[in-house]
Amino acid sequence: MTTGKVKGIISNLVTVAVDGPVSQNEICYITIGNTKLMAEVIKVIGDNVYAQVFESTRGLKVGNLVEFTGHMLEVTLGPGLLSRNYDGLQNDLDKLHGVFLQRGEYNYPLDEEKLWHFKPIAKVGDKVDAAAWLGEVDENHQPHKIMVPFTFNGIYTVKSLAAEGDYTIHQVMAVLTDAEGVDHEVTMVQKWPVKKAVLAYKEKPRPFKLLETGVRTIDTANPLCEGGTGFIPGPFGTGKTVLQHAISKQAEADIVIIAACGERANEVVETFTEFPELEDPHTGRKLMERTIIIANTSNMPVASREASVYTSMAIAEYYRSMGLRVLLMADSTSRWAQALREMSNRLEELPGQDAFPMDLSAIIGAFYARAGYVYLNNGATGSVTFLGTVSPAGGNLKEPVTEGTKKVARCFYALEQARADRKRYPAVNPIDSYSKYIEYPEFEEYISKRINAGWTQKVNDMKTLLQRGKEIQEQINILGDDGVPVDYHETFWKSEVIDFVILQQDAFDKIDSVCPLERQEYMLNIVMDDICSHDYDFDNFVEVSEYFKKVINLCKQMNYSEFHSADFENYKQQLDVLLSEKQIKA
Amino acid sequence: MAKAFQKIYTNITSITKATCSLKAEGVGNDELAMVNGKLAQVVKIMGDDVTLQVFEGTEGIPTNAEVVFLGKSPSLKVSDQLAGRFFNAYGDPIDGGPEVEGTEVEIGGPSVNPVRRKQPSELIATGIAGIDLNNTLVSGQKIPFFADPDQPYNQVMANVALRAKADKIILGAMGMTNDDYLYFKNVFQNAGVLDRIVSFVNTTENPPVERLLIPDMALCAAEYFAVQKHEQVLVLLTDMTLYADALSIVSNRMDQIPSKDSMPGSLYSDLAKIYEKAVQFPEEAGGGSITIIAVTTLSGGDITHAIPDNTGYITEGQLYLRRDSDIGKVIVDPFRSLSRLKQLVAGKKTREDHPQVMNAAVRLYADAANAKTKKENGFDLTNYDERCLAFAKDYSREILAIDVNINTTEMLDVAWKLFAKYFKPEEVNIKQAIVDKYWVK
Repeated sequence: MTTGKVKGIISNLVTVAVDGPVSQNEICYITIGNTKLMAEVIKVIGDNVYAQVFESTRGLKVGNLVEFTGHMLEVTLGPGLLSRNYDGLQNDLDKLHGVFLQRGEYNYPLDEEKLWHFKPIAKVGDKVDAAAWLGEVDENHQPHKIMVPFTFNGIYTVKSLAAEGDYTIHQVMAVLTDAEGVDHEVTMVQKWPVKKAVLAYKEKPRPFKLLETGVRTIDTANPLCEGGTGFIPGPFGTGKTVLQHAISKQAEADIVIIAACGERANEVVETFTEFPELEDPHTGRKLMERTIIIANTSNMPVASREASVYTSMAIAEYYRSMGLRVLLMADSTSRWAQALREMSNRLEELPGQDAFPMDLSAIIGAFYARAGYVYLNNGATGSVTFLGTVSPAGGNLKEPVTEGTKKVARCFYALEQARADRKRYPAVNPIDSYSKYIEYPEFEEYISKRINAGWTQKVNDMKTLLQRGKEIQEQINILGDDGVPVDYHETFWKSEVIDFVILQQDAFDKIDSVCPLERQEYMLNIVMDDICSHDYDFDNFVEVSEYFKKVINLCKQMNYSEFHSADFENYKQQLDVLLSEKQIKA
Repeated sequence: MAKAFQKIYTNITSITKATCSLKAEGVGNDELAMVNGKLAQVVKIMGDDVTLQVFEGTEGIPTNAEVVFLGKSPSLKVSDQLAGRFFNAYGDPIDGGPEVEGTEVEIGGPSVNPVRRKQPSELIATGIAGIDLNNTLVSGQKIPFFADPDQPYNQVMANVALRAKADKIILGAMGMTNDDYLYFKNVFQNAGVLDRIVSFVNTTENPPVERLLIPDMALCAAEYFAVQKHEQVLVLLTDMTLYADALSIVSNRMDQIPSKDSMPGSLYSDLAKIYEKAVQFPEEAGGGSITIIAVTTLSGGDITHAIPDNTGYITEGQLYLRRDSDIGKVIVDPFRSLSRLKQLVAGKKTREDHPQVMNAAVRLYADAANAKTKKENGFDLTNYDERCLAFAKDYSREILAIDVNINTTEMLDVAWKLFAKYFKPEEVNIKQAIVDKYWVK
């Protein structure tokens, strides 16, 4: 292997003189005293290799030994990843010693002793290629497939396969023979360079399948698709965390990966404390059983912050290859971009806008492109749905990270301070937010079958009404309540009904917090067909607001009641009576 | 200063306002050096070219200056002897007392493993209602005052420090005027609490680059008391804007490309490294804590500037001061201030009615603000508007003013008294069960 000697140091950027070949993004270890610091090659000029160190470089000297590993930053993949807390370089945080993170302390991310019950899927003589399923073990009730390593090229023949039984991760599960007749041993563990996308699937169609989250403002108004991408700007105090928890808890995903990237440690502690308590509404088991947390808080080394989002994505792709639905949430991608900026700055690259690297939007684009819904080579499907948050400087959405993200993410959930201040939660602005999926014919076709053919049209009508309501509100603010006709007030209050009944949702109420799709359909029908599409008979604007407040109250009570329960039907009946009092019969 | 075995270099090759370079070998990154008796730190090594950041500035440094490397990064000797002492940015006593004996610890040490932290859950009482009632502080929290330079933030902070029931208070003063420094010293002395206070002071009379050492010095001392002694430590950092300015001076001198507002691109990480030292340790680790209250001065109230903006994303809320013209006193602004951790203690460690009373009072105060605008625009006020205005005045004077010092239960009682004086129970929008229990008849 190539070795080298430290030649120069500026902060965490180290220049190394090498004695052999090195490759871009190769990992190396720099010896300082008794510890070895991990670093990654990020630039090569002549004999000078520039490496960014994932740790503090304090005390590092010219002449320190550098050993190159011959591979890029890799993630270790195998059973036992679920319910772990890792740092950005996949060190198991619970296994680290002491209260403080010690420089140069790395550990193995998986349990090497644990026995897994292996059941073969493939048979001896089968022709297999990368990511083909050889067998499976049960990992926290998920069928964890043991696959042909992603790095294998071409077609292999299964020469032998372990029989059903209990094995540790390092035992040989299969022997595969390649085209040249060479045998390769396969264990339950494989490694993959985090910055490369796993491409071992047949095709990646446009996402079309609704990812149900039980959150009305998402599912009904701006649906997210399985394998889709979205982003949330999170000004302080707008309920970003509550929304993320609701999504990760309720979304129809088999695996949830949370990448805490450069955020507050106390927030990560909140996740550590709360997730083990949260129940998975789909199975009744603990949510943590199907969750992996990658925590690289703001005070942890900046280079491993950059690595952490890639580590999370590589793990997500691994589970996708098993035919599972993975939800990946990264908070926040702005911190990741800032890590890129710091390194670009150290490399003395010419800066782009706000001193971010020129290729920022390409980097963001390439990352979001790794999400997706795929048909695997064996016909099964899997998905990685990616939701990132951005933290725009000064709340200004016209900054490079947000703009770069906007170009690639297909959904946008605009959390808004003004809505949060008025306690209209979730504080997602219905007019600024969008979902491109709702325009996809594939989605239209799917949702017509899943709900009904008129669904998207109804959702669009709802949005138009919201927009109209907002315009009227502005006019009322200028002209005063009696400065506009009474039917303006009627339209405004119809938009308020939509806001209160459909968009707002109580995340802390047992029933209202999760709204299944059929219930969302039922409520939207009531709001749009039974309430908003009718004309009403009012004498003055005071009457309008009083009347619709009663309507809203009854609908809200329905939201709080068990679907189709006696209470629910009772409120519905009261609502029908109330509506017939004022509606003008056609 | 130079010891017998230390090599002395006398070949400085370049000098800028804040840095100088020379040819030297065997030098470690971040290592300290003495340049003509001035303390300096290695910031860049390229082959045998070593660049030093001279904390005092490079005025008067000759090209043949004697340079000696000290073989260590900036460090502090920690022991119980720190208590009651005043130090400069290097950790040398400035109060005329003896040197501190203790274990030498490098400052700017490693971060706490997030899985070894505990969720903050202990209330820190300050006696100031704008904080205790509306924006309760929690041990292990980090929160800045966003203040205009002319606001009395240092006085408020001194008050908070004295009233908070902390075992140790560590003051990190950056670019503080000598007058304010003497004020702090006086206040601490008069209150007879010097034995639980440690101060690291860089005044406007000291060179600006020295300030870069202050937060790490203060937090190094804080970690000693929180980790070794299991104490509840409160760290006061004032003013972090001047700290960030010093960062930009150095990065500018090192020809780094500036990012937003001519701040270095690493500003977020630099600030996070400091603020994230705030921590609550679990019982197994002794149960100590570090809470940070900082000051970030704003220029013209602009919170979109890179310093307050980055700070806002790191800290757990922010506090604003405001002069209330109705009562002529300074209050903690109930609208813009926010403690993101208050729900961890409000109503749990305080009386059950706390969250509801807090929200109701702020809502009524907001109604009063609307009424005021209405009045200024020449509209007629309703009876409700009039009552809101009267309520707001009493609320400001009896609870919010920063010179009021009462405990949270008393604050709640006063709020109930004011509710009953001006409103009917249905006007305050509080849960019926709580109204039944606490409404003053």
